[in-house]
Amino acid sequence: MLTEEERRDIEREILQNERKRAAAVEVLKIVQKHRGWVSDEIHDLAGILEMTPAELDAVATFYSLIFRKPVGKHVILVCDSVSCWVMGYEKILDQLTSRLGIGLNETSADGQFTLLPVACLGACDRAPAMMIDEMLYTYLTPEKIDGILEKYR
Amino acid sequence: MERPLTGNMKPDRQPLTLKEYEEVGGYQAVHKALRMAPPDIVDAVKNSNLRGRGGAGFPTGIKWSFMPMGSDVPRPKYLICNADEMEPGTFKDRLLLEGNPHQLLEGMIVSAYALNVDIAYIFLRWEYRLAAERIERAIAEAYENYYLGKNILRSDYSLELRLHVSAGRYICGEETALLNALEGKRAIPRAKPPHPQVSGLWGKPTIVNNTETLCNIPHIITKGVEWYKGLSHTKDGGTKIYGMSGKVKRPGAWELPMGTSMKELLEVHAGGMKEGYQFRGILPGGASTDFLVEEHLDVPMDYDSVQKAGSRMGTGQMIVLDHKTCPVGMALNLERFFARESCGLCTPCREGLPWIAMILQAIEEGEGQPGDVEILEQQCRLLGPGNTFCALAPGAVEPLQSALKYFREDFERGISGRRNARGKRAHDNSWRRFTLTTNPTK
Ligand SMILES: Cc1cc2nc3c(=O)[nH]c(=O)nc-3n(C[C@H](O)[C@H](O)[C@H](O)COP(=O)(O)O)c2cc1C
Ligand code: SF4
Ligand code: FES
Repeated sequence: MLTEEERRDIEREILQNERKRAAAVEVLKIVQKHRGWVSDEIHDLAGILEMTPAELDAVATFYSLIFRKPVGKHVILVCDSVSCWVMGYEKILDQLTSRLGIGLNETSADGQFTLLPVACLGACDRAPAMMIDEMLYTYLTPEKIDGILEKYR
Repeated sequence: MERPLTGNMKPDRQPLTLKEYEEVGGYQAVHKALRMAPPDIVDAVKNSNLRGRGGAGFPTGIKWSFMPMGSDVPRPKYLICNADEMEPGTFKDRLLLEGNPHQLLEGMIVSAYALNVDIAYIFLRWEYRLAAERIERAIAEAYENYYLGKNILRSDYSLELRLHVSAGRYICGEETALLNALEGKRAIPRAKPPHPQVSGLWGKPTIVNNTETLCNIPHIITKGVEWYKGLSHTKDGGTKIYGMSGKVKRPGAWELPMGTSMKELLEVHAGGMKEGYQFRGILPGGASTDFLVEEHLDVPMDYDSVQKAGSRMGTGQMIVLDHKTCPVGMALNLERFFARESCGLCTPCREGLPWIAMILQAIEEGEGQPGDVEILEQQCRLLGPGNTFCALAPGAVEPLQSALKYFREDFERGISGRRNARGKRAHDNSWRRFTLTTNPTK
């Protein structure tokens, strides 16, 4: 069941689009903002967007930043593209996985962090790079990782 | 040396407000364009020899001339700025979007007027949070100051402009996939023809241009075609935002005359290789371009010259391969990226890329089988131009086919059973779990 607040945000979003279904991705993001991920709300949303649940789920499962399963409180997007790889991505990943006790695509046991790979973040001149939630971190070194993670604990 | 696109940006990279932008001559192109006949603007862009900066280098004026004009064409017509920048190694649009969003808006307003467009969109990747915030603010300012909305600057011309923030996946940047994304569908490329100019967003005439392309437009209009062509060392017009990353002393992006040589970019602007690293090869225009090597360093970075050298100018954002980085490992990283980002629509791309990645992984671990290099070469041909629905697959095999040509001994070393330069690594399959069918967040 969608909350009143979600419904309000969704209605407002739909009004800004030429057609209802054009709002699909943004509407999924609204639910995700409130709940962290998108669950069976898909059915309610599909009705509002005048799509079938299957159509909307096909959209939801396509985009890598729409989550159809629970993720941690903070999502770490670590760039694994070529410039970051040349500049030491593997060391960054090793540090992240050993500090968090999880591998790529996993969520830590305390539910704090999910670790996902992401395509080039457009910060290749400041590689290696990653994002935590909406914040970009650049010029990463294994030593810097601990301090950064500390801010989110 | 003039730098029209970046010269006005602030050293601290804070964006210019509308007022500040006007003070340095911003929005003059809108005032001027509204007094011009739209076809004259299209002609100016055609004569400027501006070529699209999104990767393919298609002449912008010619693309624009395919837009149906007149009073009886289907409406609304659309202009879309492609700001999905996700090509590995590329960070030029970020600079333009964060440093001076008003310049992009000005370019879009002038272009939209020239093309008789009713609605314009900026299609932005989600990860560019700072850009999103700054674009939103700039759009609001532009509406408040009558550069957008009904009767722009009291003329007869009206334009609505909106920001669409996407939600990940490289394929969204392919222009027809982008149209599907904007329509709230899976971002899968569409068959061409019909081209978007004729049948694009919601089936209506649509022009898609790259961010950097559109940022050039105001300067062509304000300062004129001859001045614009004079900025370039070659026949392609204007400046280019080149960038370089990898083991160089000063990685970065620089606006320079079109046709600046790779050698100058490497040695002067990037400060040469880092201490202890030697140059071995370079991807001249992002991940989906062919490697070039030392003998090509004098090649001017313009579309035709790089093509003649056997690669593509692409986004003009270079990634350097140094002598301590294994070319097989680099190819593996690139092909894993493309395998993950394939939309899965056509078989050669969906099946071929993971296969390529698996073979490369085996070779990298020194466990390649005799015949593997030949299989890779065959796959490069199978995934080449004409065999797939969109340009992702042909782009994906460009760095591989050239790596096989220039660094063949590194691949063969992985076959003979001997260890490669980086030593044997643990079998790593984690990347595969993020592909279409097995993404753990789904
Ligand atoms: C897989 C793929 C991804 C692409 N991504 C982008 C992108 O992020 N930004 C972009 O401007 N063009 C991208 N392109 C190219 C666009 O399809 C299109 O050619 C371009 O936006 C046209 O703009 P231009 O004529 O100004 O260069 C991509 C193409 C492919 C095949
Ligand atoms: S080439 Fe690859 S990305 Fe392009 S349509 Fe085919 S499967 Fe999709
Ligand atoms: S390759 Fe990591 S930011 Fe570009």
